[in-house]
Amino acid sequence: MSNYLYILWIPLLPLATFVLLGLFGRKYLSGIAGIIGTASLLTSTILSFVAAKQYFFVDGKVNGVFQKIVALKYTWLEFSPNVSIDLGIIVDPISVMMLVVVTSVSLMVHVFSLGYMKGEERFATYYAFLSLFTFSMLGLILSANIFQVYMFWELVGVSSFLLISYYFNKPSAVAASKKAFIVTRFADLGFLIGILILGFYGGTLDIGLLIERFTSVHSTQFLSITSASFLGASMLTWGLVLVFMGGAGKSAMFPLHIWLPDAMEGPTPVSALIHAATMVVAGVYLVARMFPVFSMDESALNIVTYVGAASALFAAVIACTQTDIKRVLAYSTMSQIGYMMFALGISKNGGENGLGYMASMFHLFTHAFFKSLLFLGAGSVIHMVHSNEMKDMGGLRKLMPITHIAFLIACLAIAGIPPFAGFFSKEEILTAAFHENKIVYGIALFTAALTSFYMFRLYFNIFWSKEAPVAAHGHDDNGHESHGEGPWVMKLPLLILAACAVGVGFIPFSQFVTSDGAALETHVDVVFSIAPVVLSVLAILLATSFYKNQNGKSDKVAAAFGGFYTAAYKKFYVDEVYIFITKKIIFPFIGQPIAWADKNIVDGFMQLLAKTTSKISELIKGLQSGKVQNYAMYFFGGVAVLSILFIHIWK
Amino acid sequence: MQEIPLSQILFVSTALFFIGMYGLFTRRNLITMLMSIELMLNSVNINFVAFNKYLFPDNLDGLFFTLFIITIAAAEAAVAIAIIINLYRSHHSIDVEDATEMKY
Repeated sequence: MSNYLYILWIPLLPLATFVLLGLFGRKYLSGIAGIIGTASLLTSTILSFVAAKQYFFVDGKVNGVFQKIVALKYTWLEFSPNVSIDLGIIVDPISVMMLVVVTSVSLMVHVFSLGYMKGEERFATYYAFLSLFTFSMLGLILSANIFQVYMFWELVGVSSFLLISYYFNKPSAVAASKKAFIVTRFADLGFLIGILILGFYGGTLDIGLLIERFTSVHSTQFLSITSASFLGASMLTWGLVLVFMGGAGKSAMFPLHIWLPDAMEGPTPVSALIHAATMVVAGVYLVARMFPVFSMDESALNIVTYVGAASALFAAVIACTQTDIKRVLAYSTMSQIGYMMFALGISKNGGENGLGYMASMFHLFTHAFFKSLLFLGAGSVIHMVHSNEMKDMGGLRKLMPITHIAFLIACLAIAGIPPFAGFFSKEEILTAAFHENKIVYGIALFTAALTSFYMFRLYFNIFWSKEAPVAAHGHDDNGHESHGEGPWVMKLPLLILAACAVGVGFIPFSQFVTSDGAALETHVDVVFSIAPVVLSVLAILLATSFYKNQNGKSDKVAAAFGGFYTAAYKKFYVDEVYIFITKKIIFPFIGQPIAWADKNIVDGFMQLLAKTTSKISELIKGLQSGKVQNYAMYFFGGVAVLSILFIHIWK
Repeated sequence: MQEIPLSQILFVSTALFFIGMYGLFTRRNLITMLMSIELMLNSVNINFVAFNKYLFPDNLDGLFFTLFIITIAAAEAAVAIAIIINLYRSHHSIDVEDATEMKY
């Protein structure tokens, strides 16, 4: 087995950058913070490409099957000889694939931010947080122990919190960051309980061992976890569903998705990195990481499937009505992650039935590129227009040609038009769905059409629709002359990512990343792909007729949908339901009684202790007279008493 | 020459000890108190020497202890006097009754 220890440097370099910039950035390095961050990440990116090349092309494969390699294992916290929390690095197809995705998208975002965040007061802090996020995400990917996954999971959550509230003097950003943190923390509680259940029955926290024990039907661990049951479901189902709950929280699956649209309050490159390409797919990655165990339990997989499919459809419908371009993209992200989730849910482990797994990972891979491209494109647009609202945009195609082309490519990619990247991965998801579950296939097909519709609604509203706005030539809020498309550091990532959005679909993904490591024979059936492509094209044409020019057709259709349109515009009142539940049920019936008990019983007990202590000290404080001779008297008295005791009683 | 019995020597040392103790409790002047402490230390020294000589004439442990105690007492006196000088600087008095900041 060859040496993969250098992979350790990939997460450690961003960590070092975080420490450096976090401690000294604002005072000493604010001018070059961006360069430092980008340079260290560039090194990480190169290393991860080296690792990917070594793994996929040199020595990862043994007898045609990609091996799972544990590159590093260090026993960190040992509870008993069998149960310990290890820190390890796992190298297998999905972790290497994610390494490449995370480092390259993060690098693009770092470069883009050089232009986008220029002149911000807390520029160095921004890069420190970006590095912290990159470190945690890379750590999450490489974790070989489920508890290690959990630790990095929380780190990712906290860095997301820090970055959403980057504009901390904006109340909405503060509220959004709190919401994101609390909702995902709530989901993580489920994750933690799930880990404990799996760890308790599996007798280990090591992912490899857990998989080994829970996938052999005759192992004692498997028998004990399936025979134990709670509320009618086996403990295996409970454990997996709770782990999935954590994943659903991070991946913004219905009904834990409410934080994601609000998280768009953060700087746009952050949204591109965290809330589009990397952190939100952590849930998918988690399910994929534990997939062999999930595949042993039909009901847990069904939950994954239906939650994924429901989120995909639900988010797509909402995305059609939103007017804030970042929110449209947020809902589109949620919808695409729903795709990945149900693709995992319908998959089987190993062999040709593992198509869904492979398709899901493929979609994760392609989605990361075109969705970060969409967000960075939106970032360019926002940078220029200084607004997130569609009504402030329109006709920008002449003002920002590069952004326009890149955005168009990304839209075509997400719509699944050949030969762009999204086509290939979506096609495989649809094929897998078609073979396994016709209902899900129907939902997926409909969602694909909706996706094309809302993406082109967005595209036409930004770049066509109206004549070029006057504002772009005028002055912005700060009185500066408005800039054009931005400096080259903002255009370059768009171009690179656009090239990826065109190109990555041609990677023969089924040869590399599969559920069991063995290459998969897949072919995109031309006949099969007619239906989704035709639907997408029709949806694009519909969007063209609605939004290319302002003609009021869309308003008429919206009016025809009436209540449904309003409901979708209001995001189906999920936020209101949450507020109702928390304010009207949890606060008065659970929160207030607990607060009362805390104030009166818990605090009361402590108050009693304090009062007793102070009463006693009132009584005896006279002994502390401040007179040295009194103290000497006590001392001699004590000695005298002791000597009497020794002499007469103790002998 | 008639040898002095041990009990008489112990009487002297006990008397010395309680004289010292009396001085320690009654005097308010720190220097006098220090002197009283020295008296008590010396009564201990007498005890050591006497027991060594009368009970274990072959050993020298008691003598050596005495030597050590004398040395330590010298050092202790130096430290104590330094403290007293500092006290005088801050309180302009070496009366123990005047330094009662540390009371409750």
